[in-house]
Amino acid sequence: MIVDFTLIAESLPIMLKGIGITFQLLIISGFLGLILAIFLLLMRISGKWYLSFPAQIYIYVFRGTPILVQIFIIYYGLPQFGFIRSSILWSILREPMGCAIVALSLNTGAYVSEILRGGVLAVGKGLIEAGSALGMSAYQKFVYITAPIATRIALPAYSNDVISLLKSTALASTITIADMTGIARTIVANTYAPYEIFISLAIVYLIFTFILQKLFGYTEQYLGRYTKREG
Amino acid sequence: MSEQSKKYLIQMKNVDKYFGEFQALKNINLEVERKERIVICGPSGSGKSTLIRCLNRLEKHNKGQVFIDGNELTDQIKDINAVRREVGMVFQSFNLFPHMTVVKNLMVAQQLVRKISKADAKQRAMHFLERVKIPEQANKYPIQLSGGQQQRVAIARALCMKPKIMLFDEPTSALDPEMINEVLEVMVDLATDGMTMICVTHEMGFARSVADRIIFMDLGEIVEESKPSEFFGNPKNERTKNFLEQILTH
Ligand SMILES: Nc1ncnc2c1ncn2[C@@H]1O[C@H](COP(=O)(O)OP(=O)(O)OP(=O)(O)O)[C@@H](O)[C@H]1O
Ligand SMILES: [Mg+2]
Repeated sequence: MIVDFTLIAESLPIMLKGIGITFQLLIISGFLGLILAIFLLLMRISGKWYLSFPAQIYIYVFRGTPILVQIFIIYYGLPQFGFIRSSILWSILREPMGCAIVALSLNTGAYVSEILRGGVLAVGKGLIEAGSALGMSAYQKFVYITAPIATRIALPAYSNDVISLLKSTALASTITIADMTGIARTIVANTYAPYEIFISLAIVYLIFTFILQKLFGYTEQYLGRYTKREG
Repeated sequence: MSEQSKKYLIQMKNVDKYFGEFQALKNINLEVERKERIVICGPSGSGKSTLIRCLNRLEKHNKGQVFIDGNELTDQIKDINAVRREVGMVFQSFNLFPHMTVVKNLMVAQQLVRKISKADAKQRAMHFLERVKIPEQANKYPIQLSGGQQQRVAIARALCMKPKIMLFDEPTSALDPEMINEVLEVMVDLATDGMTMICVTHEMGFARSVADRIIFMDLGEIVEESKPSEFFGNPKNERTKNFLEQILTH
């Protein structure tokens, strides 16, 4: 087969118009998901069953179902309920973008909270005891000892999740959103050239993944500076 | 607060401690006066760590009473951290905060717990780093220090809180032999200075020269309690004799 480079050259700039939407999805959902994850984590490690149990159920449900199904439930399912349509949430859930951000945030929040919990559990018990022995309060120990160390430990797994979130943003195209993938699908529908368009699209995602990996790599190096003997 | 419990800096009355079914401490009675230096020794698993961890409530005792400077340690205690900041503790594994430089390790609790200003905390930190003879390491991370240096930082960190009591749980047993002395020297220096100390250690030279009293524990009990001269010269209990034979012939 012959690769149509002019088609690629023509459609790439059009596809890249979707970058803004893709980034909005990534950054807003990533941020809201992280906030949610921290709440879930605190509930999970609170030691109180009435906080920890709901968090566990939540995490189970959102990790145990496909993200695409979650997006469909929120986009197609929730508007069926009158009380949703009359609530203030409706201003968000009325828009496909709102639905996508809600779904992606709820989903990534579940995963990230488990990643953070792994980090918290990996912080040495002896360090917490040292904090206690110095008279530090539970809050002080969490903020000054547990959190910074857990962040470093959790970062590699967290960066994985952010990359995974970047790719999940493509699913937003299934609910009419014109992110990069959404635009690509429109172009393919018009040109019948799936090969050129989707390969170029894949390359664009690869470039962004590469940039994310580098950013996280530097952050890991910075946070891990105290784990190396030289220096 | 009874008169008697105020007289002693540390008092344990009929203390029992269980881990599930297992009884780790059996009817412990211990009184420590101000400036007293106690060494606790005994075989592995005899409850030495558990005993001193009950003194700052890293472990909760199940029966009996524990008083620190007249304050009883109970579940109802309003502010356990007010007691803990008076009781310094040094662990076998140093437990320095790895993400903070040495000087930050010494400053953090002063600032957060004692509410001391940053500048004063730093000044006090440097004072105690000099006292343990490693001021030049102030801006390094713990991992960049040798074990002996790390343990001296840990001692300085505890001293920065100006505690009334120092607890040591086998502070030298994770160290290479050539580093043991530098840590013991710091401890001797503290003892000479009049610090009230309880040291779990098998460094019998240290015990002999520094301790006012040596306590021998076995199977969760205090088996023998005596002055060093008596403890080494004329141990009364069979178990103490066996233990001393083993440890001194090593
Ligand atoms: N958190 C715990 N849970 C269950 N058992 C414990 C716990 N901590 C200690 N023990 C048990 O209690 C007993 C006393 O332990 P402890 O650590 O006080 O001994 P030790 O005299 O300090 O020994 P070592 O010289 O090895 O440090 C041991 O049998 C130990 O297995
Ligand atoms: Mg021990």
